Amino acid sequence: MLTYNKRSTSFRKFLYISPFMILLFIFAYYPLYGWVYAFFDYTPPIPLSKSPFVGLQWFRSLVENEVKVDQLLQVIKNTFGMSGLTLLFSWLPMVFAIFLTEIKAVRFRKFIQTVTTLPNFISWVLVYSLAFSMFSSEGVINGMLRQLGLTDAPILFLQSSEHVWITMWMWTTWKALGWSAILYIAAIMGIDDSLYEAAHVDGATRMQVIRHVVLPSMLPTYFVLLMLQIASFLNNGLEQYFVFQNAFNKDSIQVLDLYVYNLAMGGGSYSVSVAISMLKSLISVVLLFSVNGLSKMLRGESIV
Amino acid sequence: MSEHAAEPALEPVRQSRVDQKTRYKLSATDKFISVVIYTLFSLFALICVYPFYSIIINTISANDISARGDVVFFPKHIHFQNYIDVFKIPGLGHAALISLGRTVIGTSLTVGASAFLGFMFSQEDMWARKFWYRFTVITMFFSAGIIPWYLTMRSLHLTNNFLAYILPTVVAPFFIILVKTFVESTPKELQQAASIDGAGTMTIFFRIMLPICKPILATVAIFAAVDQWNSFQDTLLLVTDSNLYSLQFILYNYINQASSLSTMVNLQNAGSTAMSSLSTKQTTTSIRMTVTIIVVAPILLIYPIFQRFFVKGIMIGAVKG
Repeated sequence: MLTYNKRSTSFRKFLYISPFMILLFIFAYYPLYGWVYAFFDYTPPIPLSKSPFVGLQWFRSLVENEVKVDQLLQVIKNTFGMSGLTLLFSWLPMVFAIFLTEIKAVRFRKFIQTVTTLPNFISWVLVYSLAFSMFSSEGVINGMLRQLGLTDAPILFLQSSEHVWITMWMWTTWKALGWSAILYIAAIMGIDDSLYEAAHVDGATRMQVIRHVVLPSMLPTYFVLLMLQIASFLNNGLEQYFVFQNAFNKDSIQVLDLYVYNLAMGGGSYSVSVAISMLKSLISVVLLFSVNGLSKMLRGESIV
Repeated sequence: MSEHAAEPALEPVRQSRVDQKTRYKLSATDKFISVVIYTLFSLFALICVYPFYSIIINTISANDISARGDVVFFPKHIHFQNYIDVFKIPGLGHAALISLGRTVIGTSLTVGASAFLGFMFSQEDMWARKFWYRFTVITMFFSAGIIPWYLTMRSLHLTNNFLAYILPTVVAPFFIILVKTFVESTPKELQQAASIDGAGTMTIFFRIMLPICKPILATVAIFAAVDQWNSFQDTLLLVTDSNLYSLQFILYNYINQASSLSTMVNLQNAGSTAMSSLSTKQTTTSIRMTVTIIVVAPILLIYPIFQRFFVKGIMIGAVKG
């Protein structure tokens, strides 16, 4: 009787959460079914059931169709360029945290921390709006340059096709740097005081303390975050690039996520877009497993 | 290390002239480093704040001056007409309601579901608990992609549907992890005692765990609310009906087409008053900037108050996630 009761409670508990599991299935798992569109020649408004099955035609077109190959190579170059920049400067939040905690004036430090984390909480649309107000032809920066007599004609920062990767990286950094530093600040706060004292006793200088005490204790955090960044190498996201894209910078701003969006919602090529999406998702999962394996090998600990 | 220099007695053995010399030199370097640190951080803080400040002073300055980009450090000819006029743009008030609605409803549902699921996943006797927990958490690490998402949502009739704003975020793995970690940090005896007293799972959840979880739920609520308020991509993908446009989406449209709106507001004003002088006449810049401030205002207002919740959230998440 007792075991029956136990089992029924156990199953009742599952029943309580089952509606949520159904929701989760619909919004996280069912979209994977959308991948079938990659194997059909789907052109709305003809429904999928009446679209012809084409097998791997779209996947083949990605390597055979010359126009598509050129486009895709450019997009992959952009994706690698911008994700590469992010990886290259992935140590920045760590350095930010190290030097922020070096500030001994507590109120100043708190102020800096509060102010620099703020941009993380505004949307990319708002970032774009701020960018527009600052950098458009009648924006503040051009106004400043004109007042100082440095320029005759406004500089078209946002319509430029040059340095797009770097400006995009700068916006990401502006938005996220302060926030990403918080994890490292937490790691620094967690350092045992006796380590500092020992360093003092040994007569270590400020930079030596940073190099031999602070830095080593942050490396585990850095490693995990770096691995996660590598795992999401192909996932730059859509919003930032969507809001900043225009006719002038389109060639160098299209990352995979934006390209996939433009192909489908702009060009109506749903099937080919789904094919790329699918490859991207699969590669991302492989990347995640790889870095997880690497982490297990190097640290004996998995990250996911 | 200035405090160290003040206590040389700590290491009398190695106290030589050479040491003192290097220490003196290094403390000068230290001072230099400090100056550099303070300057760089102040500069970065300025870059973070100035755009917001700039837009605020522009919206209250004379519109003909702000349109030329000449308001740089201080407002010029202060007036508040823009904040009255901006609500004459058709659709703005409605979009504000949509954004507010999705933030309030979406956040409540997300917080409720995260609390309940976080609690339930801590119940060791639940049937196949480990499986369902993994089933939930693993969704953080893959996605079908935006177009497959769009196509399947459309097949479920979730395009041009307010539900598309709130249902997908109800089950949020990250928040569930936060709550579960919190619940597991509370003493087991609490639940056991209640259970012996005859309380069922639901009673334990509502009467005991929910009140205890308030701090972590506040953190979840603030994260969820910011996410809802800032959400843009779902409107972009799933909504074509202008009755469902959110503030973020409308702002994006305004940035690209503010000129026609300013003409329209000016026409409305021309009929009603004679005072639409150059300084209060709406320009593309004044409309765009005023709407920007309205969209960002909730974030700017709540952020300083709740900053510690954000920090707490990411810390707990980092330990467990």
